[in-house]
Parts: sequence; structure tokens; C-alpha cells
Amino acid sequence: MPEKTYLQAISDGLRQEMRRDPRVFVMGEDVGVYGGAFKVTLGFQEEFGPWRVLDAPLSETAIVGGCTGAAIMGMRPVAEMQFADFISCAWDQLVTIAAKQHWRAGTAIPMVVRLPSGGGFSGGPFHSQNPESSFAHIPGLKVVCPATPEDAKGLLVSSIEDPNPVLFFEHKHLYRRIKGDVPDERYLTPFGEARLHREGDDVSVVTWGAMVYTAEEAAQQLESDGVSVEILDLRTIIPWDRESVLESVRKTSKVLVLHEDTRTGGFGGEIAATIAEEAFEDLDAPVKRLAAPDTPVPFSPPLEKAFIPQVGDVVTALRELAEY
Amino acid sequence: MAIAREAEPITSLREIREAGLDREDLLDVYRNMLITRAIEERGHTLYKQGKIPGSFYTGRGNEGSSVGVATAMGSEDVGTPLHRDMGVHVVRGVEPWRIFAQYMGRADGPTHGRDGNVHMADQNLGLIAMVSHLPAMLPVAVGAALAFRIRDERRVAVAWFGEGASARGDTHEGMNLAGVRRLPVVFICDNNQWAYSTPTHLEYACETLADRAQAYGFEGVVVDGTDVLAVYREAKRAIEKARAGDGPTLIECMTLRMEGHAVHDDAFYVPKELFEEWAARDPIERYRDWLRENAELTDDEEDEISTGVKKLLNDALRRAEESPMPEASDLEHGVYATPEELDTPHHK
Repeated sequence: MPEKTYLQAISDGLRQEMRRDPRVFVMGEDVGVYGGAFKVTLGFQEEFGPWRVLDAPLSETAIVGGCTGAAIMGMRPVAEMQFADFISCAWDQLVTIAAKQHWRAGTAIPMVVRLPSGGGFSGGPFHSQNPESSFAHIPGLKVVCPATPEDAKGLLVSSIEDPNPVLFFEHKHLYRRIKGDVPDERYLTPFGEARLHREGDDVSVVTWGAMVYTAEEAAQQLESDGVSVEILDLRTIIPWDRESVLESVRKTSKVLVLHEDTRTGGFGGEIAATIAEEAFEDLDAPVKRLAAPDTPVPFSPPLEKAFIPQVGDVVTALRELAEY
Repeated sequence: MAIAREAEPITSLREIREAGLDREDLLDVYRNMLITRAIEERGHTLYKQGKIPGSFYTGRGNEGSSVGVATAMGSEDVGTPLHRDMGVHVVRGVEPWRIFAQYMGRADGPTHGRDGNVHMADQNLGLIAMVSHLPAMLPVAVGAALAFRIRDERRVAVAWFGEGASARGDTHEGMNLAGVRRLPVVFICDNNQWAYSTPTHLEYACETLADRAQAYGFEGVVVDGTDVLAVYREAKRAIEKARAGDGPTLIECMTLRMEGHAVHDDAFYVPKELFEEWAARDPIERYRDWLRENAELTDDEEDEISTGVKKLLNDALRRAEESPMPEASDLEHGVYATPEELDTPHHK
């Protein structure tokens, strides 16, 4: 199996779908000639032409609203937000129209919005956010957060096939840093099925996106202390795999919920509440949450390091749980 | 000095025939205007009787504009009508009993009680259901036009908005994208002079909203929205122009909102003289006079049409009242679409 970066996997998956299905098109800022700010669609315009790889004006509202209208007319649009942060400009189109149209009026909206998200490179408050939980709160949207190249491709294909508006969060810090085996053939990675990233017996970590790797490093450090850590990568948070989370909790009896988004109202709260409701009797320690503090994402490196959960923070949290 | 073109009235049967309507069509236009008004008048009564939950909006005074534009659309064209555009639903063939069922929150309304008043659409008839954030629908219509352009189909999308909605960014982004890509979309601005209680001089500073079209690189036209035939002709021109690949048009239809924003609002802030002035230009009465003068509309024909409308609405109301209320157990169904549903008329 060929090894690819997370970014190449997304690019390959998208190209494959565009070759396969003429209804799939891409619209976003600088996605054509420039190939996108992160080069996910590099070379796409040469292959598919200017009407399937559309350079849009600086208009997130028109990009997402336009994709919504095109989806209603039977296309399979893939909108690109240059940065996930800019999705705020398209809130109405997503939340007011796309999310509610099927329940309200029976109109399916098969649309994907690609959202380069996450911090770790001094992007500051407006180029680093992880706004997934804001949208997880909206009935009618699906929220996807792949961590590995293989999942990035398979989940993108599933997102394009899905008959609903899907928010596809691609973690920017993984784009070129993470490599992995990615099958050449077309495959779909199902929504709502967590991936067991690491098997362990003493404590579970439930996480997604770039935090999977932070958790992995922490788990490796704890191995020498004799603490066996299980890591569950949710892959999609709407829908999310409650069963696998509960199963892991029942096995280890201790759980850390970890995410890069801020703490209050973050999706980790929903997971922790579900564990408390459904698996209270199986717990040997209170559910622990580790997330970014409730501030905007800072710019300067020492501040950003203090904001994003670091390997050391995870090690400390896991030790506390193990010793409880 | 306004930049946009001002539309001329239609002064003869020959002229309107050239624009595409024969005498039979003209009588249909009249009938559709009567149905539009009658649905809203009856709705108003139902509301006062406590049979309609929530609030109730009408488009009184806008019947000429909504029926005129919808009459100019082709069967494969699509649109995003708003809350003053009942005439569009009527012309596209939404049965009045389903509209009453929608008003009353019954299971047989187009949204099955999930949404109220004019927040509805029958997608089988090429309509997309509006949201309360009115200008938000405009980029959606532009996106429909984009789909037609990508697939090289000769279809047109029609986007409605009001002069109130013209102030929001969605309107700008939608029109700008449509202009840049010369998409097959026609923008209809129902300028009824009042955004709730806010008059036009507090909404925009240009002379006409149609003037803005030039800034987006397409044509703007101002038309008397109480003149159904003038509206029809301008809409027809714009739609056929868009169909031919010659880009968007913005048509500003001038009317007055003849009632409050919704039924709770007595519109005390609108000067009485303004209501009197525009009442004298009632679109339905104007059109009836035109038909008598130019198309030899007889008393018998008129009676036949109005009797037919009355019967249609009596039957519709009866049928709507027989429609059951939605089941509470159904509430959580359909938040997400299933793959099988993609085989809808739009998705073919």
C-alpha cells in the first residue's frame, strides 16, 4: 500500500470522487489556479476545468449558500473554507438553511464543507480554531474529524456520498506531518465507528483529530511506568460511537476525554455526561476532561503551547487517573 | 438620476400577446391573483378565529408582482419565493388546501406542521422553502443557477428578496457571485417600502435598488409592481435572457405593503395618505379594468371566475380542516436524509 501524507490522502480522495462522479465540484477561495491555500486541489482545475473547480470571490456566505442551492439541484458540492475559522461567515447558510431543510421541507442537501482547522503553528485567534462542537450542537449537520491519512480519504468519500451537509474538519497540523498507508482503490470509512488507535487495560483516552497523536506520545511515555493506555479515535463526532466509548470505559474503568477545542461547551462534555449516565457503575475514578482553556487561540509560541493540550499535560492527567 | 431602466406599461392585447400571453392566459393570471388574495384573506379570518397558531403574514398589494413573475417562469425553472409571494405558490400549482393545512399546522401541509405560515415549498414544483432570515435564500438561488450552468442546462433560478433584505451581506454576496459568473438567475426585489416599521430612507441611500445592478455588472429595471402585465413582461425578458446565457437581471417591483408586517401590527407608522394613494392602484382592480378595456372581459366571465375561486377555497378550507394534526411521535424523524431520498425531482 502506498504511503501518503494526510494532505495527499484528502487530495487523492477528492480527485477520485471527481473522476467518478460528474456531479462533484469544488468551490472555494483560491482553489483553482493556486490549488488552495494548502494545495489540496493543486492541479484540479487543469484536469476538471474552471466550472468544476471554481475560484469564488471572498464570499463564504455565497460559497456555502451557493453549494447549498447546487446540492438541492442534484450536484455534490465540496466547499472549501480557506480556514475553518471563516465558517462563521456562513453560519446562516449552514445552520439556518442547510441543517434544517430536510427536517422542515424534506429537501436533502448532500454537501461537504472542508474545514482546515486546528493550531500549533502560531496561526493566532483566527487561523487556529477547532469549532466542531459549535456545529455538533446543530441537529441536521454531520461532523467529521479524521486523524489518519487512511481515514481522511475514506471519510471524505463517505462525506461526499452522504445525503446531508457534512462538515469535514481537516487538522492543518497533520497535513504534512502525518504519513500512513492509504489504499489506492476507492473505499468508504463509515461514520459513527470509532477506531481503536491503541489497545490498553488501565485507562482509556477518548479523543479525535491531532490529539490522537498527543495521546499516543503520552501513552508511550507511560508504558515504562507500567500504565497501559487505550486510545479511542472517534473519527466522527456527529454521529459518535457511544457504544465503543462505553465498551472501553467498562474495560478500563477510567477515562480521559481529550480535545483541542476549548473546555466549556466542548464536545468532551457531552461524552463525559454520557459516560456518567450510562457507565457510572463501571467507573473507578471520576471522568476527567483535558481541553484548551476558555480563551481565544493565542499567537505567541509560549502562549499557544499553554493553550493546546501538550503531551506532558496528558501524561499528568493519565497518571492521576491511574493512581486514583 | 436613476441608472436603472424604468419599465413601460403594456397598453394593448397585441403587445401582451407578443410577450407570450394569449387571452386564456390573461384570464388565468386574473384567476391566480384572485386566488392569492383570497387565500390570504381567509387565512386572516382563520387567524382571528384562533385556528392558526403563531403569527400570520400576507402579501396584500404584491399579488401583481408575485403572479406576474411566476407566470413568466418555465416549468423547469426554480425559485425561492418569500413571505409576500403567495402568488408564486399559486401559479406553480400548490393546491390551496395544502396551504391552509400549512397555516393551521396540519399533517398535510407541505412541511407537515414542522414549520408555519409561508415557510413552505413544494420541491416537485420547483420551489425551495424560505427561512426567516430572508436574504439568506438569495445565495441558495444563485447556487441553483450555478448547478444549471455547470450542467449546461437551459434553466433559470429566480430569487426573491425585499428592500429590507437588500441591506444584508447575503444579498451582496449572492448578486456579486452571480454577476462574476454571469449565472442564469433573476433577482426580484419586492420593494414594498417598509421593512417592518422602517421606511426606505433608513434602509438604503441610492435612488433605486435596481441601480445597484450596474455595480454587479448586470441590468437593473424598475417596474410598477401593481401592474401585473408589466411585471410579467420584464420577468419574461429577464428569464429568457438568463436562459440564453446572457446573465442575471435585477428587477425592482415597486409596491406598498398594504397591511402591517404581520397581523399583530396595525402599521400606524405608515401615513394614511400613502395607503389611500396605493389603494387606488390595487393590482387586482387595475388588472380587471385593463382586461375590460383591452381584452373585453365580460361580467359573465368575471362572475364565473370569482365563483370558481370561491368554490375552490371553500373546498380547500374544508379539506384542510379535515387534515389531522401531526403526531408528536414523528418529531424526531427526518433530521437527516437517507440515500434513497436523493432520487427527488431536483436530484435527477
